[in-house]
Amino acid sequence: MSAPVLVRSDKGVDQNRELALQFLRYMATMRDVEDRIERKLYRQGKIVGGVYVGRGQEAIPVGVGLTAEPDDVLCPSHRDLALFLIRGVHPRQIFAQYMGRVGGLTRGRDGNMHMGDMNRRIISIISAMAASVPVAAGAALALKYKGSRNIAYCFFGDGATSRGDWHEGLNLAAVQKLPVVYVCNNNQYAYSTPLSKQMACANVIDRAPGYGIPAEMVDGNDVFAVHKAARRAAEHARGGNGPYLIECKTFRMTGHSAHDAADYVPAGMREKWTGKDPITRLEKKMIDKAWAGQDEIERMREEISQELDAAVEWAEKSPYPDAAELLDNVYDHS
Amino acid sequence: MQLTYLEAIRQGIWEEMERDPDVFMLGEDIGVYGGAFKLTAGMLDHFGERRVIDTPISESAIVGAAIGAGLMGLRPVAEMQFADFITCGYDQIVNFAAKCRYRWGAAVPIVIRAPSGGGIHGGPFHSQNPEAWFTHTPGLKVVAPSSAIDAKGLIKSAIRDNDPVLYFEHKALYRRIKEDVPEGDFTVPIGKAAVVHAGTDVSIITYGAMVHVAREAAETLEREGISIEIVDLRTLAPLDEDTVLASVRKTSKVLLLHEDVLTGGIGGELAARISEKAFEYLDGPIVRVTAPDTPVPYSPPLEEAFLPNAAKVAERARFLAHY
Repeated sequence: MSAPVLVRSDKGVDQNRELALQFLRYMATMRDVEDRIERKLYRQGKIVGGVYVGRGQEAIPVGVGLTAEPDDVLCPSHRDLALFLIRGVHPRQIFAQYMGRVGGLTRGRDGNMHMGDMNRRIISIISAMAASVPVAAGAALALKYKGSRNIAYCFFGDGATSRGDWHEGLNLAAVQKLPVVYVCNNNQYAYSTPLSKQMACANVIDRAPGYGIPAEMVDGNDVFAVHKAARRAAEHARGGNGPYLIECKTFRMTGHSAHDAADYVPAGMREKWTGKDPITRLEKKMIDKAWAGQDEIERMREEISQELDAAVEWAEKSPYPDAAELLDNVYDHS
Repeated sequence: MQLTYLEAIRQGIWEEMERDPDVFMLGEDIGVYGGAFKLTAGMLDHFGERRVIDTPISESAIVGAAIGAGLMGLRPVAEMQFADFITCGYDQIVNFAAKCRYRWGAAVPIVIRAPSGGGIHGGPFHSQNPEAWFTHTPGLKVVAPSSAIDAKGLIKSAIRDNDPVLYFEHKALYRRIKEDVPEGDFTVPIGKAAVVHAGTDVSIITYGAMVHVAREAAETLEREGISIEIVDLRTLAPLDEDTVLASVRKTSKVLLLHEDVLTGGIGGELAARISEKAFEYLDGPIVRVTAPDTPVPYSPPLEEAFLPNAAKVAERARFLAHY
């Protein structure tokens, strides 16, 4: 199955323009895929389980993900859909995954963003999000063990930093100097619980000195800033200096999941963050810098939309798994 | 070569590390100190820090890191210092390791060694037999050797297995069992029980340290003219139903014996399967001899009362034989 062509290759143009176009294509694709999932397929009853999207947080998986080399390991959170696109997972596989069809990455064994593929070096998240933190350390240990220059990236939310295995994993990675970039999307809510009830320190990065890990905070809605921070982090990890923590300040522009109206969010907060939308900001920057015209951006969106129309159609035609598969693959029978 | 149970485990891991450069160990105090039971003594010197990794006291991180390394194709052998502490890594085992293959087709070829069991005056947190927590989780394999030969053969199989394997090694057997273990490479298959003592009147189905209790009871009973067959399960998940049922059909009387507590222990599962699949062969009730439903007590008279022993087994086997 071929990957979608998401990257343009106009040679000889401003590097920032190139990068911006790449950012925009992934971010806009992620937004469009998730809008269709949350606002259409879920509401139409075609997705029967949980829907957790990353609306408003697209700059994080895109800005960080585009610093990864092909053989680096990715441990996405459930709000990092773009990481799958960057690794060549086709949107139609993602739609099929959400709809429980055999065309999804887990063949209907699991739903939503609970998917992975070791051939693409993507390790699937489990619902207890911080569990990925020591697992990423172990993947990085394997890379170091093999003398590889590759690194692991591990993504999680602010709520995950309250879990014990977050702390155990960071500590182990630090002690063993493992090449991991830890990326926190601090969207200020863990389900309904605000940051103030999650931790007494002001920022997630305040926790890093306790583990001897360098950390930096970045505007998570500024894809260029996220990208630069991730490059510094990756360089640090790749250089054999151990793990690095990035805290991307952002806001979850939806409920925890599609069923959650998020009426616990104080009045005005979402509106305030709407003004900081990472895609709108990127587009404005591109126009201001004359990297692209409005018409070019419109054209890109139209292309994405057409591609996704076909992807949804494909996914809807993908069959449900046969119940006879139920007992397969609990154990290895190779 | 005469090896203790503990030496057999060490030799098994040692040989696998010599054979396969992707095998490595991680755990608490396993390197410089050689392990709380000295099981890994000498291994740091021989294999170096890269392959014998002393970790922080972080069971969740130990298991999680083993999973990450396993997903990348290495074959980690993680040590829980005591099986009792495995609870601290429980989520990683039952939710991460156990479900990767089923959910997204990824192999997690890891071994988690767990020194378990009582009889060493370890008290409530250094004596438990938590195997049934894991036999209840699809995707995990669970083994529990009773002999030095099986200890070596099963650790080798566990390391070579492509699924997560929990290896329960009984602490009371570490230096108590010493036997001739074949030199060099051999394995004991996962998923195969063994009839370790043939008999005709009563089947005792058991594993781990209780195999030795069953043998002691069998000696007494045989002097009384009661012939005992002992089935050593060796693997608790997946269960070797065929060997169990064959013995039941042969003797028609079943005694299930484990050191784990009664409720929810593997004995209940075996009783259900036997009644479902061999009911018409039974000539008496299925009897269980297990620890009672209490934490493991510390003081010697309490611990002795807690643990199953040959006298308790003999009494119930007599009841069955005369039923």
